[in-house]
Amino acid sequence: MRDKPQVQSLNTQLISRLRAVLDVHRVHTASADIDLYKRDASNIEGRAGVVCFPLTTAEVQSVISICAEFQQPFVARGSGTGLSGGATPLDGAVVISTAKMNRLISVDPVHRLAWIEPGMLNLDLTREVTHLGLHFAPDPSSQQSCTIGGNVANNSGGPHCLADGVTSSHILACEVVLSDGSVVMLGGEDPEPDGLDLRGAFIGSEGMFGITTKICVRLMQNYQAVSTMLMDFTSVQAGAETVSAIIAAGMVPAALEMMDQLCLEAVEAYIHAGLPTDAAAALLVEVSGLPHAVTDDTERISEIGRAHGARTIRIAQDEAERALLWKGRKTAFGAIARIKPNYYLHDTVVPRRKLNEVLQEVYRIAQRHDLLVLNVFHAGDGNLHPLLIFDKRDPGIMERVHAAGEEIVRVSVEAGGVLSGEHGIGLEKRDFMPLMFGPHDLHAQASMRVAFDPLGIANPFKVLPSPSQCGDAHDMGEDMWV
Amino acid sequence: MGIDLNNFAESIGGVDHGPLWIAGQQTRTPAPSQLRLVAAPAGIVDLQPDEMTVVCGAGTPMDELRTELAKVGQYVNLPDGLTGPGTVGGALAEGRSDIYRLGRGPVRDTLLQVRYVNHDGQVVTAGGPTVKNVSGFDLCRLLIGSRGQLGYFGETILRTRPIPQSSRWFVMSEASQTVVEKILRVIYRPASVLWDGHKVWFCIEGNPKDCAAMIQRISVELPVITETSGPPDLTLYPHRQSVPPRFLGDVVQESARSDSHKIIVEAGVGIVHHQVPPKSTPIEKGITILHRRILEQFNPTGRLNPGIEILASAPSL
Repeated sequence: MRDKPQVQSLNTQLISRLRAVLDVHRVHTASADIDLYKRDASNIEGRAGVVCFPLTTAEVQSVISICAEFQQPFVARGSGTGLSGGATPLDGAVVISTAKMNRLISVDPVHRLAWIEPGMLNLDLTREVTHLGLHFAPDPSSQQSCTIGGNVANNSGGPHCLADGVTSSHILACEVVLSDGSVVMLGGEDPEPDGLDLRGAFIGSEGMFGITTKICVRLMQNYQAVSTMLMDFTSVQAGAETVSAIIAAGMVPAALEMMDQLCLEAVEAYIHAGLPTDAAAALLVEVSGLPHAVTDDTERISEIGRAHGARTIRIAQDEAERALLWKGRKTAFGAIARIKPNYYLHDTVVPRRKLNEVLQEVYRIAQRHDLLVLNVFHAGDGNLHPLLIFDKRDPGIMERVHAAGEEIVRVSVEAGGVLSGEHGIGLEKRDFMPLMFGPHDLHAQASMRVAFDPLGIANPFKVLPSPSQCGDAHDMGEDMWV
Repeated sequence: MGIDLNNFAESIGGVDHGPLWIAGQQTRTPAPSQLRLVAAPAGIVDLQPDEMTVVCGAGTPMDELRTELAKVGQYVNLPDGLTGPGTVGGALAEGRSDIYRLGRGPVRDTLLQVRYVNHDGQVVTAGGPTVKNVSGFDLCRLLIGSRGQLGYFGETILRTRPIPQSSRWFVMSEASQTVVEKILRVIYRPASVLWDGHKVWFCIEGNPKDCAAMIQRISVELPVITETSGPPDLTLYPHRQSVPPRFLGDVVQESARSDSHKIIVEAGVGIVHHQVPPKSTPIEKGITILHRRILEQFNPTGRLNPGIEILASAPSL
């Protein structure tokens, strides 16, 4: 590996080179323009040196080649909806936005795959193939605005990934520009290209292995029947035990989401869907597929719910009611603004059987730090999303929020869980990585990065804590705000 | 609950302990006689049906794992070896899916966490124990299919799935490419569709009433379908090739022109099962460079399974 690249201010020569390969209108340097790119959807701020908008693989290749020549770190960015600071540029890095590379290139409806550009929005892809009876399965809550390139970088999930898997299960190939400017095709339309699964290694690498410029996605047949039900419980424990019992009974619903009481109250006040606001927890369960399986599973899940003390089981009678129930789940983050103006969303995963135990500890942590917490999460795969809500104008509040957040992460890992289920590590959890991984483990991950990016300029300083990063900086930049 | 890997790691030793070879049941690749052999720990140590996970040693025989999982109505999406059940570690190290990939997905989605021993005798953890995890880079997927070149699997945590309530095979003669594509379009998520250019075999899985309804529906358009006991015998087709599924029609046509070159293809997937070795596919230079760099990082002295070429085509029987 070469020496650590010098973090330097962008000089006029580099900018003029960038303007020569793109054009002046697609290389932004004015403060008013580039300030918009100083962070993603997290609270972690950095500083972009220049923002580029390439349109083609060749242009991405040119931009990265110039970065390599100047040993200038670069950061790929889609819509900036990430929640872990993965797309936050540090030390004036070059931001390479793929937002204008958003075409659907081709669709093969027989073999159910499509080639797209990375800036295509997640929901736009599904809209484009709906008439073929197909959809793209990963559905992050931000699916109206997040890009599939971003989904690849973060190996994103979503409520409906319980049965069909997260992004990595739906990506067949990625054309990638590496940090030296070379272009490689990782994976392919063929199922078992010779050699290592470089495609799988690249997905979830948070922009630290290179930038994808074309993606081959797997599309799924649309279901023929669907049933959505809401069941409510007088204790979180009963709801959590219902989740485990459904899975143990041999069913994998399309989605299995939980909302706790504070969340139900906030959402009901927001959308008036008739949610049970006096319940301790509610489960939103969706089964989809062929008609008989859906009918049978709905009945079996209802029985399991009743056996675990469900007070009411509301089964959506039509598409409008189904949409209303989902609206309750998907607008939770908007609803909390009625309680407090700010929130910090966490993302950890615990074994399903530990859901209740960890949730009770989350409540205790919030109480200790005098914070409000509500929970709305993917219970089916144990993916917790404790939402700490606060008013950042309150003195000392951010210290309490971060202290509580750290405790939540620690409790989750100690319960046999992991740091992140779908948001990624980025900057937010970089320094928590040793909670889950030892030095040899982190060294192995650093070795992957070195193999893909020996120059160390592809989105450096993220994911891996400093001792394991050959050549990356040790501390967050001075201009970074967490 | 985990397996103590200290003895396994000691048996592998550090870089100065020389070249060696990991051997399971040797159902895929025979071990070279001149090398020191090591074997991974075997046995199931934790099975959690409500987590849909199982923890087991990489040396666990596939038939033993399958039997234990069946007792709780689950299975793991790993194939048997070529000449026998093989081991969990062998299935993961080879990374090749079986004929149910179309419906059940690839092998690479099965491994949640692995504790392996690296080239220097150190125990390394990759992945995480839960069914969902994006904590750090996806080292698990890099290891699957690495054929022992990046490390030796010790303990694995695998994703399990419910055994389908019903699994039925059907066959139809005189099946053209149009017929095969109709099956792919009309049947909801078929588990497998195999085609030799003349016959098509397909498997549907799920709720028994849905399976019956699907067959009734497709029988209207393809009335000569009959139920059969299972897939064709693929042991007669020991060589494997991977092509984009849209090219399978051309591959079948080319095969039809040669009386001696029989094939069966996995429609919708792209695997071609050959009786004789197929032509190898040229490897992109950039891919070769990345492989070299990865091997330099993970197996710098080349002591792990020397002689294996990861970029070479799959081994033949």
